[in-house]
Amino acid sequence: MSDDILYSVRNLTVEYKTRGGNVRAVDDVSLDIRRGEILGLVGESGCGKSTLGKALMRLHDGPASITGGELWFDGRDLMSLSMREMPDIRGAEIGMVFQDPMTSLNPVERILDHLTETIHTHEPETSDAAARKRAEELVERLGIRRERLKEYPHQMSGGMRQRVMISLALALRAKLVIADEPTTSLDVIVEAKFLDLLKELQKEFGLTILLITHNIGVVAEVADRVAVMYAAKMAEVGTARDVFADPKHPYTQGLLKSVPNIKLDGGELYKMGGEPPSLLHPPSGCRFHPRCPFVMDICSKEDPAFEPVANGHLASCWIYQKASAVKTSGKQEVRHG
Amino acid sequence: MARPNLPAARNKSDRVAIAGEDLIRVEDLRKHFPVQSGFLASLLNRGHIPAVKAVDGVSFTIKRGEVFGLAGESGSGKSTVGRLVLRLHEPTSGKVVFDGVDLESLSSEEMRRMRSRMQIVFQDPLASLNPRMTLGQAIEHPAQIHMPEFTPADRRKQVLEILHAVGMNPPEAYYDLFPHQISGGQRQRVVLARALVTFPEFIVADEPIAMADVSVRSILLDLMMKMKEEFDLTYLFITHDLATAKYVCDRIAIMYLGKLCEVGPLKEVYEHSAHPYTRALLEAVPVPDPLYRRTEPMPAGEIPNAINPPSGCHFHPRCPLAKEICSAEEPPLREIRPGHQVACHFAEELLK
Repeated sequence: MSDDILYSVRNLTVEYKTRGGNVRAVDDVSLDIRRGEILGLVGESGCGKSTLGKALMRLHDGPASITGGELWFDGRDLMSLSMREMPDIRGAEIGMVFQDPMTSLNPVERILDHLTETIHTHEPETSDAAARKRAEELVERLGIRRERLKEYPHQMSGGMRQRVMISLALALRAKLVIADEPTTSLDVIVEAKFLDLLKELQKEFGLTILLITHNIGVVAEVADRVAVMYAAKMAEVGTARDVFADPKHPYTQGLLKSVPNIKLDGGELYKMGGEPPSLLHPPSGCRFHPRCPFVMDICSKEDPAFEPVANGHLASCWIYQKASAVKTSGKQEVRHG
Repeated sequence: MARPNLPAARNKSDRVAIAGEDLIRVEDLRKHFPVQSGFLASLLNRGHIPAVKAVDGVSFTIKRGEVFGLAGESGSGKSTVGRLVLRLHEPTSGKVVFDGVDLESLSSEEMRRMRSRMQIVFQDPLASLNPRMTLGQAIEHPAQIHMPEFTPADRRKQVLEILHAVGMNPPEAYYDLFPHQISGGQRQRVVLARALVTFPEFIVADEPIAMADVSVRSILLDLMMKMKEEFDLTYLFITHDLATAKYVCDRIAIMYLGKLCEVGPLKEVYEHSAHPYTRALLEAVPVPDPLYRRTEPMPAGEIPNAINPPSGCHFHPRCPLAKEICSAEEPPLREIRPGHQVACHFAEELLK
């Protein structure tokens, strides 16, 4: 693994046990998160993006479990750690920000206690005064007056609560922050300011951020690279510029054309047929084939590999793999002959 | 829609319907929700009960055949306006005139009949559908209430035609299904079908696509616009998403903390916005283009509490242009260009 990659996910599969059978919410997904980047992970509801985010911290319980693949974080094999060792990683090295800060913060604990408790849990040697000072400096950097540390979560606005969540991750100088729909419960103006803050923190603290969202506009605004998931599979990964300027996967192409753009004049939005499939009975072959305008014979039969289609740009689509597909069928013919 | 073929088709020609006339007129509408407080607190307040001024003096008109957008952040009161217009809430004061009739003057029986002409589509289709009713029953229900003169067979035929119109094909296959058996996008189609079954003239669409998946939204919007043409509808389109509004609305009103700050034709408001809040909202919308960068600074803070709104202009504590007059005097909504109304003391300066 090269040094500029902070987190490497290899062939990860996460399954949920349900009454209807096992559901693969993440199916053979590989993804690299580079140091210091904001990686936007986009997809529609039910595509597995949140499950993937949680799996990166091995935060899954109940019916969900990782049934295959490797997780390499900062040179360490996380799958080899015991569940008792994981809490040392969570919070301290990988922080998490969820959609609804109100359910992530303790309603009967002051903001200051959230921060000092976090610091003391992972760094028991830190004195109370030092922890307090760190908390004060941190929230002021995030635009919250230090007097407000004595308040409870319900006394703060939605945008402030979300900044408190970020401060919890920064308090321990986490290397990676996984932000799952962090702006979805915020109004647009507050969202815009929160996104500006994320970019500032990325530069100032050298923070690496995995931003999980369904909002294409949010990704365009902050992400350096973009990963697109569809029906538990990785559809496309590339730099934000490449993916937006020249999307390779037909799903990405349709998605980008169907998003309203306030800066563009008129024109009709692209209307993609169908809806995302149920993961209980995913379509055969490429999961996008029933909705794909370029569907070919092979698409319903075989799953395309997730392969490079241009420099630093990967996609899983038969359009770009025709050549190799022909080769395989050619080999088969030889064998039959 | 081939209305004459339908048994329930009402002869609309007996209504004098002229495109462009005012269908809805809202005058100085207010809705104050009392805040619950304890016995002791109410004693101390001496009978003065604090209220959330969800809607505080809103006036606008919606012309027949247009899509009128009402946009604002959460807590601005936009959904309350939608409900007031349909008289699902009783206003604290002010009036709503629908097709020349003051809704408040109607008896409950007259209002009930009026309801067949106005419908609503909510954000969450699953919450809008009774889980124990089949899709057919759900869609038929309003027809049962408003069109008792038709036989069950006629009504079934009508439900099937409407299911077909909203793209649920073949309609027979969906008639006996339950809401949990279909997808989210299909559910919103069913909710739209139910709203259409009485052939209304006016539909309040309260964030109709906000719950739908991104790849399904554009097709739902397109369906709503098709239905508008086929059924001669007028929409009040309530949304927080100014990018979506751009693709569907003819005129738009921007709401902030119970009041309108700007009203006008969509293009006019977007290109010549004369209220600092509208400008900030338009600027804050994330643009799906990585090469685009926001330049204007965002206003400070967040939308304040509607129990004790700021004095004068409600937006002044967050406004980058606020001067003394803004905290002292409330700016009236006034016309600054043809059809374009703004409530800001410095609208002219902003337009320069």
